[in-house]
Amino acid sequence: MLSLSLIAALILTSAAVALSLRNLIHSALVLIVTWLGVSAFYLWAGAEFVGFAQILLYVGAISMVVLFAVLLTRRSMDEARVQPSSLRRVIAAVLAGGALAGVLAGAVLSTRFLPGAGRPPEINVRQIGLQLMGPHAASLLLVGVLLTVALIGATVIASSFERDDVSSDPDPRARSRGRLPSNSGDSHV
Amino acid sequence: MNPLQICLLISCGLFAIGLTAALARSNSILVLLGIELMLNAANLNFIAFWRFGPSPAPASGVIFVLFSLAIAAAEAAVGLALVIAVYRHQKNIRLKEASRLKG
Amino acid sequence: MSFSVQLLWLIPALPLAAAAIGALTPRGGRTLAAGAAIAAMLGSFVLSCLALRTALVDPSAHLTHNFTWFAFGSEALQLGWLLDPLTAFMCVMVTFVGSLIFIFSTGYMKEDANFTRFFCFLSLFAAAMLGILVANSLLLVFVSWELVGLASYLLIGFWFHKPEAAAAAKKAFITTRIGDLGFLLGLLWLYHATGSLLFYDNGAGVLEADTLSLLITETTLGGLAVSTAIGLLIFCGAIGKSGQFPLHVWLPDAMEGPTPVSALIHAATMVAAGVFLIARIYPLMSADLALPEAPVNALTIVTAIGAITALMGACIAVAQNDLKRVLAFSTVSQLGYMMLALGVGSWVAAIFHLLTHAFFKALLFLGAGSVIHAAHHEQDIRRLGGLAPKMKLTFATFAIGMMALAGVPFLFSGFWSKEAILHAAHAWPVSQLPLAFGLTAVVLTAFYMTRLVAEVFFGQPRSHAAEHAHESSATMTVPLVLLAVATIALSLLAWPTPWLAQKLDPLAHTEAAHGHGLMILSIALVGVGLGLGAWIYLRKPRTSADAADPLESAAPSAFDALARRLGFDELYAATFGRLFFALAKLADAFDRLVWGGVVRAVAALGRWIGVVNQEAEDNVLNAGFDSGSETLRTGGRAYSATQTGDAHGYLLTMAVAFVLLVLVLVIGGAR
Repeated sequence: MLSLSLIAALILTSAAVALSLRNLIHSALVLIVTWLGVSAFYLWAGAEFVGFAQILLYVGAISMVVLFAVLLTRRSMDEARVQPSSLRRVIAAVLAGGALAGVLAGAVLSTRFLPGAGRPPEINVRQIGLQLMGPHAASLLLVGVLLTVALIGATVIASSFERDDVSSDPDPRARSRGRLPSNSGDSHV
Repeated sequence: MNPLQICLLISCGLFAIGLTAALARSNSILVLLGIELMLNAANLNFIAFWRFGPSPAPASGVIFVLFSLAIAAAEAAVGLALVIAVYRHQKNIRLKEASRLKG
Repeated sequence: MSFSVQLLWLIPALPLAAAAIGALTPRGGRTLAAGAAIAAMLGSFVLSCLALRTALVDPSAHLTHNFTWFAFGSEALQLGWLLDPLTAFMCVMVTFVGSLIFIFSTGYMKEDANFTRFFCFLSLFAAAMLGILVANSLLLVFVSWELVGLASYLLIGFWFHKPEAAAAAKKAFITTRIGDLGFLLGLLWLYHATGSLLFYDNGAGVLEADTLSLLITETTLGGLAVSTAIGLLIFCGAIGKSGQFPLHVWLPDAMEGPTPVSALIHAATMVAAGVFLIARIYPLMSADLALPEAPVNALTIVTAIGAITALMGACIAVAQNDLKRVLAFSTVSQLGYMMLALGVGSWVAAIFHLLTHAFFKALLFLGAGSVIHAAHHEQDIRRLGGLAPKMKLTFATFAIGMMALAGVPFLFSGFWSKEAILHAAHAWPVSQLPLAFGLTAVVLTAFYMTRLVAEVFFGQPRSHAAEHAHESSATMTVPLVLLAVATIALSLLAWPTPWLAQKLDPLAHTEAAHGHGLMILSIALVGVGLGLGAWIYLRKPRTSADAADPLESAAPSAFDALARRLGFDELYAATFGRLFFALAKLADAFDRLVWGGVVRAVAALGRWIGVVNQEAEDNVLNAGFDSGSETLRTGGRAYSATQTGDAHGYLLTMAVAFVLLVLVLVIGGAR
């Protein structure tokens, strides 16, 4: 139980710190700690494979993508600091978040759960692989398609394409077409 | 309080933090990160129920989380690509200003 | 003091820690970075000496310490450390030569702005190499192997602002990677076939008799034993790393890195890894010799590659004009010798030559570095000359290294190791062709080294830089002297008793007394090479930088072909490059003609349907839809007013709605 409370403290503190920091890069770096904490939770709960997948995916990949996005969307060093949000919105956000937390916690505490298994369910990589390839094969294929589409879509959305020169084009329809992302994507290809 | 409830409370706190951040911050990247945290909170629930819930199927929670992780990866990639596209368009990434399609 | 095998990991860990220190040191901390790197290497050297003492207590034992690294499900990945005389000798060599090269580098790189980064990479390089040496698991070897590749990429491309250096780094990385693919396949196959990657594991390791007899009984494609196929795949990795034909093209280009890096790559670390690997898995490579009717033995291929490489490297070295390139091709040639020795069955001779070669090649490269440093980075031997009186110490040590490489008899260690290889080739029952290749290369080696020394150190200074050269500082000359002493002293390993051979392979029956005929023949051949070189290049020293080489005037086309390194780079561009280009064209044409036609046909069909549709639509459907869409438009306009474009607002609405929903459920709900 001590380790669980340590993990919980790590997750919640680092998440709160990360999302309240002013410097975006620092936020992203502290979030890595949060994600490590989550994977520590998975390891604690006995889901080793998921824990390592979490490390690979979040700590390894998504954090890098976030850092790249931060670096690509600023023009000078000090722009990584974001403007303070308006006070009204912060108060509204905290109220909404607090209300949600309160309601959820109330629901959790007032529910009587059936007593669960004392030991973690035995699961190893082989079984996960068989499950994925057997009963869940269709979902696995769909996830593959989804990831492919997301990859191509992200590339198309983020790639810089030549936009038609607005002023020199006499045809107004061509102009409006040039602004639409879907068609401009084709023109790039 | 049994361990399942403790785990659910942790996830609930993480979800609330993510929501608060997504609502309070104006920077789109931070909003996206808040949403990532909410997804993580959901994953915590899956694992918690798998571990402590009554008579779990041997692999269900883990498989759920694996698919959820894949969705999260796709979401992060597309979301951040959108952020970059927005930045190219309006030279900043304040979510409030990205409202060109409003009615 | 005995050395526990559990502590063997300290040997690579010390340089790794030094690399971390170097990486974290800011640019100004030159003393800290260099000091940490050198101290770590010296520490590893001391540990290696202790390990050697432990290993020599019982030379035939393989001391191991295995542990589980990672368990997933029922499978467990095991790693481990291995201590035997092979490991220990290699560790002592690498750490000794490495320390001297590090010390030399403090002088050579003194003016470089990225001094700390350089030492970080050097330490990483040494750590990776030592990792290969102490590993008791093929997986650990592979990981370290790739780290060596990474570190070599970083170091060859250290001056990445030079386009040639960046290109050479890429070439080295990609070329060795081609070989590594084979290594990886072999590794996977081995794991599939045996379920283990540990070398020695109390009878269950892949190099022990039980597993080997299992591997040779199974056959695969073309009647090859599985052990032969796996051995050849792993040998692909060694071909890439050790610069063997046909993947030798990266090694000469790797000269674009700083000279201490060249010394490290050529002497102690990278290229030695391939030879070491084959020596390490020698039981696997030689397992198929027990089969009576194997179509081809793995070692026969190794011999062929080695012999071709030895002769080809020596030929090309004759016609190079860059000081470091001559040495690079001599390395290619000497590595061919080592592979040849492995192939003909004497891995002891190969390791002996690897050790002596490490010392004298490090000596030669550091000597070349001293010359280059003194001559303001002039590397063209046609533009050097007359340096002997100006740089006496460098000249003397370089000459010792040159004579060791050429195989001048009795005093120099290179002679003994080369003799061991030639005798092993002579005793090979399959063919005498490798011996002929080796003897030809002996003449050529003596010849091109004489040419090199004559051009660089004798005659007139032929450029401004050569005229004003002066002896290098003590940080650079002291390692030279130490290496020169070691080059001579290593003779003791083989003479008067073959001490090293007994220690490395105590189980092998002691070789019968060497025939003296072969030794006399090879001494005579060395004499011929030296004499020819002296007659051509010392009798009439070159007078100006532009004068043609005497050999070039004698046989211009052959010399030109050799100077262009027999056109291997062009050949690869013309074959593999062209092939992929042609495949791409084919795919393009297929796409255009076949799929394009189908798409066009579908498009025409669609267009025709469209025409029909349009006619029907304009006259029949439009009127009805017009009024319907007007209603929709009004509704949409009203609804769009709620779309404020404020994402936060949407999210907040959702959150509040969710809270309300839960409240309704909890308070007024079922319970």
